[in-house]
Amino acid sequence: MTIHSTIEPAARAVNWNRLQDEKDLEIWNRLTSNFWLPEKVPLSNDIQSWATLTPDEQKLTIRVFTGLTLLDTIQNTVGAPTLMPDALTPHEEAVLTNIAFMEAVHARSYSSVFSTLCRTAEVDEAFRWSEENEHLQGKSRLILKEYRAASHPLKKKIASVFLESFLFYSGFYLPMHWSSRAKLTNTADLIRLIIRDEAVHGYYIGYKFQKSLAQLSESEQADIKDFAFSLLLDLYDLEVKYTEDLYDGIGLTEDVKHFLHYNANKALQNLGYEGLFPENICQVNPAIMASLSPNADENHDFFSGSGSSYVIGKAIATEDEDWDF
Amino acid sequence: MERLGLPAVRIPARASEPMPAAPGPFVLVTPTYADGEGRGAVHKQVIRFLNQESNRAQLKGVIASGNRNFGIYFAHAGAVIAAKCQCPCLYKFELAGTNNDIERVRKGLELFWQHQHSTNHRLQKA
Repeated sequence: MTIHSTIEPAARAVNWNRLQDEKDLEIWNRLTSNFWLPEKVPLSNDIQSWATLTPDEQKLTIRVFTGLTLLDTIQNTVGAPTLMPDALTPHEEAVLTNIAFMEAVHARSYSSVFSTLCRTAEVDEAFRWSEENEHLQGKSRLILKEYRAASHPLKKKIASVFLESFLFYSGFYLPMHWSSRAKLTNTADLIRLIIRDEAVHGYYIGYKFQKSLAQLSESEQADIKDFAFSLLLDLYDLEVKYTEDLYDGIGLTEDVKHFLHYNANKALQNLGYEGLFPENICQVNPAIMASLSPNADENHDFFSGSGSSYVIGKAIATEDEDWDF
Repeated sequence: MERLGLPAVRIPARASEPMPAAPGPFVLVTPTYADGEGRGAVHKQVIRFLNQESNRAQLKGVIASGNRNFGIYFAHAGAVIAAKCQCPCLYKFELAGTNNDIERVRKGLELFWQHQHSTNHRLQKA
């Protein structure tokens, strides 16, 4: 006689007061305190600036933002949800729901830019273009293949980190470029909020990747590393072509490529690997770096200065309840 | 820190582990954990370490890592500690640092310590 019943495990409620990994709470707090909506940014202040762009520059900008929208859409609807079954803790699943939702906010933000600055017909044309551009579709396919297949949990995480920390940057370059010329500066503020979020997403998923990787045998680790570098190179080939498609017209392709190399190395570092591209081809145009992190370079290299002219910071917000002196 | 190849003491990430004491004059190398408004930049364990007066007294400078994606708060822990402890923020770098960063920090620290020693020497004479 057989007993015809399947014993299902009890449903478990997430208890944030019992953590298996403190990183989950730390990232939850970071992400929730960074929460924002596009309504926070006064995009309409860019209307006059938008009018100073040539028709080709406007078309390029709309296409770049449409490409970014596609990546955010993938990450919102497929990427972050597909990582949930592999979560090591219930708290990690909760963090992933936050990541998924913020990707939806990012995708939604580009439409706010469009409705503020552009004509509907131009935007519709760009969405059609995004479905037809072979390089944009190619990189989406490569990523979705890893998300959809019964892929190794670590390969999904690699694809996710590459999307968040590498593939966005051919697009992010343009608003940083406009901002360095004092154009579309409010739009750039919105993009900086997205860039900040992606840094936390890439860091967290990379952290979980490294934690699981450490459990594998040396030969399994070597296989995963080979996979990561070969996927990066495949994506890079497509990124270069996509970049040429978009930026050859305004002569910025080489500049953008340096930005791609720089960010590809950062994506690899999020996974715990060394950079792939040598530093001489990762030197990003200083105007773009300044646009990315305004003021960040002030007094940041004491060593290369005279050695006595450093400035000790002042008026910095510190949490005095923690410091007891 | 391994790539830098200089003598170092690690501040443990967990509060449950024993906190080391500064063995002498030192430069602090620290990550940054700031949110979008720069809050929470310095790790709690680093604060715990610096709250110890005898450790703080030996702090000669700070080097901070971070991510430029955080805009003006890139490697913000360096600025916070420099202001709080009245020491210079010597260098900022991204994530694990590039080979260039490592080389600059190694050479920079060498010069920095030479300068420190000669200053001390002059002070002792005076």
